[in-house]
Amino acid sequence: MSPVPKKLLIEFRKIAKVYGSGVASMRALDGIDLQVGDGEFVAMMGPSGSGKSTCLNILGCLDTPTEGTYRFDGVPVEHLARDQRALLRRHFLGFVFQGFNLLNRTSALENVELPLIYRKIPAKVRRAKALAALRAVGLENRAHHAPGELSGGQQQRVAIARAIVGQPRVLLADEPTGNLDSVRSHEIAEMLREFNRRQGITIVMVTHEAEMAAYADRQIHFQDGMIRSDSRNGGTS
Amino acid sequence: MLWETFLLAQRTIRRNVLRSFLTILGIVIGVAAVITMVTLGSGATAKVTSDISSLGSNMLHVRPGQGMRGPGGARTSADAFTVEDATAIANNIAGLKAVAPTASAASQAIHGSANWATSVTGATNAYLDAQGWQLDQGRIFAVNELKAGKAVCLVGQTVRRELFGNTPAFGQSLRLGKLAFKVIGTLKAKGQSTFGTDQDDIVIVPLRTLQRRIKGNTDVQAILVAVADGVSTSAVQREIEQLMRERRGIKADQDDDFHVRDMKEIIDTLTGTTTVLTALLSAVAGVSLLVGGIGIMNIMLVSVTERTREIGTRLAIGALESEVLLQFLVESVVLSTFGGLVGIVLGIGAAGSAAHLIGVPFVFKPGIVVAAFLFSGAVGVVFGYVPARKAAQLDPIVALRYE
Repeated sequence: MSPVPKKLLIEFRKIAKVYGSGVASMRALDGIDLQVGDGEFVAMMGPSGSGKSTCLNILGCLDTPTEGTYRFDGVPVEHLARDQRALLRRHFLGFVFQGFNLLNRTSALENVELPLIYRKIPAKVRRAKALAALRAVGLENRAHHAPGELSGGQQQRVAIARAIVGQPRVLLADEPTGNLDSVRSHEIAEMLREFNRRQGITIVMVTHEAEMAAYADRQIHFQDGMIRSDSRNGGTS
Repeated sequence: MLWETFLLAQRTIRRNVLRSFLTILGIVIGVAAVITMVTLGSGATAKVTSDISSLGSNMLHVRPGQGMRGPGGARTSADAFTVEDATAIANNIAGLKAVAPTASAASQAIHGSANWATSVTGATNAYLDAQGWQLDQGRIFAVNELKAGKAVCLVGQTVRRELFGNTPAFGQSLRLGKLAFKVIGTLKAKGQSTFGTDQDDIVIVPLRTLQRRIKGNTDVQAILVAVADGVSTSAVQREIEQLMRERRGIKADQDDDFHVRDMKEIIDTLTGTTTVLTALLSAVAGVSLLVGGIGIMNIMLVSVTERTREIGTRLAIGALESEVLLQFLVESVVLSTFGGLVGIVLGIGAAGSAAHLIGVPFVFKPGIVVAAFLFSGAVGVVFGYVPARKAAQLDPIVALRYE
């Protein structure tokens, strides 16, 4: 069985990230090539300092590579200015963080609305979309609770709702289950897989838990700033 | 977007009511102080102006001697004027409303067992016009009383009260020294002068009466000249100076031995003084606005540090640098203008009660209120800019992981 050829969404060529200069310089990423197709669910693994987080930051246009080219949906983005990268994130990317990063003392609903505010979507439409996103993560009855009134798992579900509310092309998750117990972790990973399957959102997830990585279609292992292995779950590829 | 930002700002501020209140306190006090100072200053100026106008504004005072010539200036003695000098002014200079020669003497006024030390002014009816005296009761001097120097008088309210108490003074008599005077009228109260003297502590008698019967000379101590409306007082002042030099035989190389003072100059001097004082006090009050601004900057910097993760999240979600900058700038401007509004209300209240206490009119100046409001907004922009820029320029990767 040959895998269905997918449209290329993310393309890294010889991407390197160097911190510092001269003798003291450190190559966090050492010229990696990486391709992610539209609709893939990729898990990136590796010990700390292996380059997986740096790779995710560059993928998410939070950071720029020192060398190499990065094409997002065919468009070179490695030299984009700060504000242009912000616009790219605003319209095409969603983020989920280990620490949830919800706004304190702001209701779940308002947290989910946040990306739509920056997209200048009118209040009524915004509210409806945010409620729909909360419904999709099963928290519509918690819409008016502040993050402090929610459990860790619920908070992360609000964060996922916030990430997917704008229907991004790619959802980037940085150790999304790192602060959760085993049961919640599986719920979150399951939820991410659902969004990937149902809505076709491409997901790149950094994790160091093999159990979580198992939810992805593809696992990439990093070591010393390079990709050590790149395999598809179920032996395809 | 700006409206959203505004809503967000006021919500953020409300979350920390006590801290926000303490933050704006400096602005509140600064604005309130400036408004109080300016309002009271305007009130004082208005009072000075109206007080002096009550002395007569288009008024020239002609007196013998060189007047005050600044520090160390000698006050030379000079011959007094005469009634003829006043007549000459009235006959030779055009554009005058009234020319009033006067003289005065200190005297003891006695009625029955009541006894009051007062000042007796010898004058003509022109003096009443020139000084704006109005009759409460009775009549002004008759021509024959003025010519013959009859023993009649008009009394001010203070003298009336001290000598006659609650009984009517009109038609009664009083003694000035050894002479008995008939009270033919009482004057309406004028109150305190700008210089703090009681203007109602006065007895007016015909000039001739004062000269002959009290002082025993023909001196005129001052000639009050009321200039008609629309006539330049400085032109009239020069003409009088010229005329008096001729009449007093002063040679071209000699200084005047008399002086003509324009009441407008006094108004200008006094209002100038209150204006300078107001400006100084306002400047001192303005310093607290500056301190208030620094307070806002301090709290905004703390707030940016506290909310580093929030800023990181916003940046990651796709907020532009300018949007984060605007968010924090709007927050500090909302804080400072709210402080300004509270300060304006407090300032107007304080000025109102203080004006009542020290007895100056409450002069509401909309200009200063608008200026104070705009200035407090400007304080928010200026002192909010540095913290806002710090927030906007955070590296999202670092900010997201900030603990």
